[in-house]
Order: sequence, then C-alpha cells, then structure tokens
Amino acid sequence: MKHHDLPIEVHDLTVSYQKKPVLYGVDLEIEEGSFVGILGPNGAGKSTLIKTIMNIIKPNGGYVKIFGDSPKTGIKRIGYIPQKESVDWDFPVTVFDVVLMGRYGYHGWLSRIGKEDRNKASECLEQVNMLAYANRPIGNLSGGQQQRVFLARALAQESAVYLMDEPFAGVDAVTEKTIISILQEMKKAGKTLMVVHHDLASAKEYFDQLLLLNMRKVAYGSVSEVYTHELLQKTYGGKLAVLSEMATEVAKNADT
Amino acid sequence: MKNWVIVFGGLLISSSFLEAKQIGAAEDLNWLTQAERFIEMKDPSIRKVALGALLMGLSCGLIGSYVVTRRLSLFGDTLSHAVLPGIAVGFIWAGEKDNFSLLIGAGIAGFAGVCCLCLLKKFTRIHEDSSLGIVLSAFYALGICLLTRIQKVGYTDQSGLDSFMFGQVSALSSNDINGLFITLLLISLFIVFNFRQLLVTGFDPQFSKSIGIPNDFLQFVLWMLIAFCVISSLQLVGVILVSAMLVIPAATASLLARRMKTYLVLSSLFGAGAGISGTFFSFLGKSLPAGPLIVLVSALLFLIILFFRPEKGMLFCWLNTRSERSRIIIENTLKAAFQILEQKGFEENEITSLEIMKKRGLSRPEVEKEIQNLTTAGLATKNISPIDQVSLPSQTVMTLTPKGWEYACRMVRNHRLWELYLTNEAEYEPDHVHEDAEKIEHVLGEKTVRQIERLLQNPKTDPHGKLIPSITDIHQGNLPGAS
Repeated sequence: MKHHDLPIEVHDLTVSYQKKPVLYGVDLEIEEGSFVGILGPNGAGKSTLIKTIMNIIKPNGGYVKIFGDSPKTGIKRIGYIPQKESVDWDFPVTVFDVVLMGRYGYHGWLSRIGKEDRNKASECLEQVNMLAYANRPIGNLSGGQQQRVFLARALAQESAVYLMDEPFAGVDAVTEKTIISILQEMKKAGKTLMVVHHDLASAKEYFDQLLLLNMRKVAYGSVSEVYTHELLQKTYGGKLAVLSEMATEVAKNADT
Repeated sequence: MKNWVIVFGGLLISSSFLEAKQIGAAEDLNWLTQAERFIEMKDPSIRKVALGALLMGLSCGLIGSYVVTRRLSLFGDTLSHAVLPGIAVGFIWAGEKDNFSLLIGAGIAGFAGVCCLCLLKKFTRIHEDSSLGIVLSAFYALGICLLTRIQKVGYTDQSGLDSFMFGQVSALSSNDINGLFITLLLISLFIVFNFRQLLVTGFDPQFSKSIGIPNDFLQFVLWMLIAFCVISSLQLVGVILVSAMLVIPAATASLLARRMKTYLVLSSLFGAGAGISGTFFSFLGKSLPAGPLIVLVSALLFLIILFFRPEKGMLFCWLNTRSERSRIIIENTLKAAFQILEQKGFEENEITSLEIMKKRGLSRPEVEKEIQNLTTAGLATKNISPIDQVSLPSQTVMTLTPKGWEYACRMVRNHRLWELYLTNEAEYEPDHVHEDAEKIEHVLGEKTVRQIERLLQNPKTDPHGKLIPSITDIHQGNLPGAS
C-alpha cells in the first residue's frame, strides 16, 4: 500500500481546545521530502495541527498516522521545535544541555548519555554557529540565538521528519537567513519539513509546498498552485462564523 | 537615718550588680559547654535532633530545587497546610499519636487538597494562585477546628499534637527519624533515575512530551514526594514553616547555579547547613525553638549569598561602580592637564593646582586629593613650588609622567574622535557633541577607536579645530610636551 510510505497522514481531523473547536475535518497527506509552509491567520489552528500530530493534544475525531503507525509510537521519528513561549528560559540549563536533550529520545530509562551523543551535540551547535556559546546559561541568549539552539537540538535528533512551530518568530534578519539555509540543507538531505510561518511574502520564497489553514484545510499543494489571490483571500478573509458557532455547540453537547 | 539609706541602697545596688555578673559568667560558661556538648554529639538526644535536621535539610533542598524551578512554591505551601486536617483525623482514628496513622491521614488529606485544585482548574476560570489560596485556607481552618476539638475532648496522649503547628524538636521520635530517612532515600532515588527526564520536562514540557516522556506521571510522583517531604518534616518545623524549607535553600542555590546538577548539590547543602546550625543555635539558646531558627538560618544564608555572590552580588556591584567612578575622576583630571598644557602651547610641562581648580571648577582640597591620586597611581609627580606665591601660596605643582602623559593623550583622543564621529557620521550639530563625548570617552575600547579612525581616515583635528593625538604620535613621542 502506498499510504504506508507517507511520513504524515491526517484524516478528517477535528480538534477542540477548551471546548472550542480549532480544527475541523482536516485531511492531509505529506509526501517524503516535502518542504511545507503552514500559513493562516491568528487562531487558524496552525500550532494545534502541529501539536496534534505530535500527540501533545488529543483529537476529538479523525486520526493521525506517522509512517503508517499510530502517533504514540510514530512521534519518536519526528523532530519537534515548539513555540519559543512554551519554554522556561530561566531554567538552570546551559546551551549544551539543551542540545543534548535532542539525544534523549535515543536513550531508554537507564542508559547513559555517551561521548557519541556529546560529539553529535557539538557538531550540531557548530552547524548553527553557536558552539562558542555552549557553556552559557540558556537565559543569557538573544531571541535569535535561542532559536538557533532549538534548531541545533532538532538536528541532534536526527529525525526523518521535522515539525517546527514559528521558528522565525522574534528573529533578526541575519538569523532568519541562517535558519532558512540550514532548513534548505536539511531538505537536500531528504528530510521532510513542516514549518508554521506567519509572513506571506517570504513564504513564497522559502517553501516548496504550502498548506493554507483556517479552521479547515483551505488548500494544500505546490507554491505555484496554491499561492493564488483567490485562495489567500479565502484563507485570510475571516473565520467561517457559522461553522465556528455550530462546531462549538456540537462540542458542548458531546461533552455533557 | 540618711546614711543608712545610702548604705543600704549601695549594698542593694552592689549586691544586685554582683549577682548579675555572676549570672553573666555562668551563662558564658554555659554557652561554651553547651557548644562543646553539641559538637561532641555524645548526648543521644542531641544526636537525634541534629540527624533529623540534617536529613530534613537534605530532602527539602533536593525536592525544593524542583519546587522552585517549576514554580510550585505556592503549591508546596498549600500542601503543607492541607495535611493538617488529615493529621487530626488520623489522631482521632487511632486514638493516640501513632505516627503511621497520622502519616496516612496526612497523605489522604494532601491528596484531597490536590484533587480540589485539579477540580477548580478544570471547572472554573479562577487563576491558579487564587485556587491555591482557597484550598490552603479552607483545609487549614478545618485542621485547626479538628485539633481544638481533640484538645477539648481530652485524649490521653495529645501532647505531641500541638507540635505539628509550629514543630517541636523535643518530641522527635526515632520513628520520625526513620520517616525522614526513607523520604530522603525515595527523593534521591527518584532524582538519580529520572534526572534527564525531569530536566527536559522542566525546561520544555512540549518537547519532552514529543520524545515520549510521561510528563504527567513525573509531575504526579513529584507531588507525592513533596507531600512526603512536608509530612516527614512537620515534627521539626511545623505546618506553617515547612514550605519555607522547600523554597529558601533552593532559591539560594538559584542565585549561584547555572546547571541543574550544581543547583541540586548547592540547594541540599544549604538545606543541611541550615538544619544543623538551626538546631545548634536552638541548643545554645535553650528556650528558643529549633524550627523557626532553622528557617531563620536559611533566610540568613540567602541574604549572605545575595550580598556576597560573585558578579551579580550587591557588594560586588557596589565595589565595581566605586572603582569605575574613581577611574573616571582620574581620567577627567588627566584630560584637564592635557588641555592646560595645550593652552600654553606645550611649552611648559608643569601644571599648578590653581590651573586645575579653574579648569575643573573644583575646590582646593578636592584638587589636592586628585593630584595625590594621580601620584599614587604613578601617572604624575608632584612638588611644592614657590613660583607663584602671589596668586595662591604654597600650591602644588604637578608634572605628568610618560605613562600619565600617554593616558591623557588617549583620553583627549577618545573625546575628540567621538565628537568628530558624531558630527561626520551621525550628523550631529558640532555644539551637541561635547556632552555625549564626556561619557563615551571613558568606555571607548582600543578596538572601537581603531575602527573609528579607519572610518574617518585618521583625522588630525576635531570639529572645533583642535588636535587629535593619534596612537602612533603618542607612542613615538611626536607630540610637543612629551618628555
């Protein structure tokens, strides 16, 4: 079956958040080696989609499959960069400690972090130009540097698929360029990448495929197919008031 | 008659004085012997209390590190108050102060408290701090009512019950010590085997979930261990102060530690240190309670570290600004000296204190002090000269040493270069630049200076047409006046 090869398959996915549905009936099939930008207005459910694929949020309906597996076993094959705000930046860890966390997935409950893992972590820090900061406390870095450390941690995971939630948020122009060039290298190495993005203009340059999202999937396809006035208008032209209202009602009734 | 009164009064005073002295001497002796007795640890009761305080300090420090880094301080506080009704019920159930039933009661009450918190979170929009406050006070009030009830009814062995409120070291049993030991063992094992998992869930919970770490389970075990720690420490510090032991040693460690391992080590050391010294002081002070003293010592430790820690400590910052300020004063005097020599066309190399007074607008003692500072720093030599006795008798005359001269040239160069940079590159008006340069000249590094020089193509004069001494001039002694 062809479906088994797909890194990510999403079928009729409905997710609500504190009784408010944010995603409604989303179908998605991501081919291996895709470089996908996820676009949509605020509250369109971009982060929710990523988190549901990562099994952090449980869906109300539909399913996610990762390489044909359930998300519970599948997520170990996905690298993840969460939104910067979800992290406690005052935590007593150094930059190196954080990158090393990317290797934790390879170790069970009792096995130790070895020299190989340390070498890999240094290598990944070097790749994002942050090796000089290895022993700094993570809270001492600027926003762009923190984002690069996150990227290094993702690289250390050596996954086949990566999901990134706004890696360009609060980042200066130079860092944005560094990050995008690293992402492009990852793509060349055959990785599948899905990136939540907020800037329409640069999205056209950066990605190969685009997913337009506003509560439901508006469109998914290559940039040339999807980046049209009509579809963007449909994505950003406001929420579907009736759908949103009815979905809230349904979710309420389902809960009680 | 009058004499009698005086004699009597005198006797009274002297006798009371004598008595006071004797008491003082006796106390001095007592202090020393008490301290000796404590350090020798021969007395089994001392040994027991010290051991208990040590164990408690270690466990509170360890688990407290997670309480503080995960912002659970209020949670710890709530838990410590919530166990009180459980203790009372456990007492009623067993009919006596049986540690095991008290522990079970406390555990159940703590669990009920946590459940209330979860329910409030799920079904209301009340913020966490408020719901913690509600649960804390409600459970505590219930506990007090039950305890008072027990006292009124008059159970036979209720003496130890009061101690749960404020702690009572003398009532510490070997069972309590066992409890403290088991708690420490559990906490240490949990941390050793889950160190990595705890690190990643604390720092980045979403990422840790994504690599399959059971966040909720770890959090739950952490809560249980906090509860164990609170319950086992109650006998020593009491319900009200136990949360202080969870927070203060760890907060002290947070002032120093950059990594979780150091954090844990420091925090447990601070906890243990406070435990031991608190019991020591309470032993010396006889009637002073150990629990509050343990908490006081850890608060004192916190203050000491806050004040004396390297880099960010208050003392360090204060010394730093002080030395910075004196450097700026020296640099300003050197600059004034250069300008005075410049006005005289670099023909003389002597500068009088009167000239500096005029230039800097300072009083004579101030200028004398500054000249003294320059001399001590080896930047100038001074001698008392009779040349101009008319205008200012016996004033000091100062000559810059080569080192002082170079320093002065550098300061003037920094000032004028910055003025030129602002007018040329940032398009400031020439009359706006002086104030800014007054501040910048003290912080311009050699590297930045070179950069500006290159940018402005090694300028010779500043916006006001004055000479900018260049580095090569300074080094080769090409400037007039260099001796």
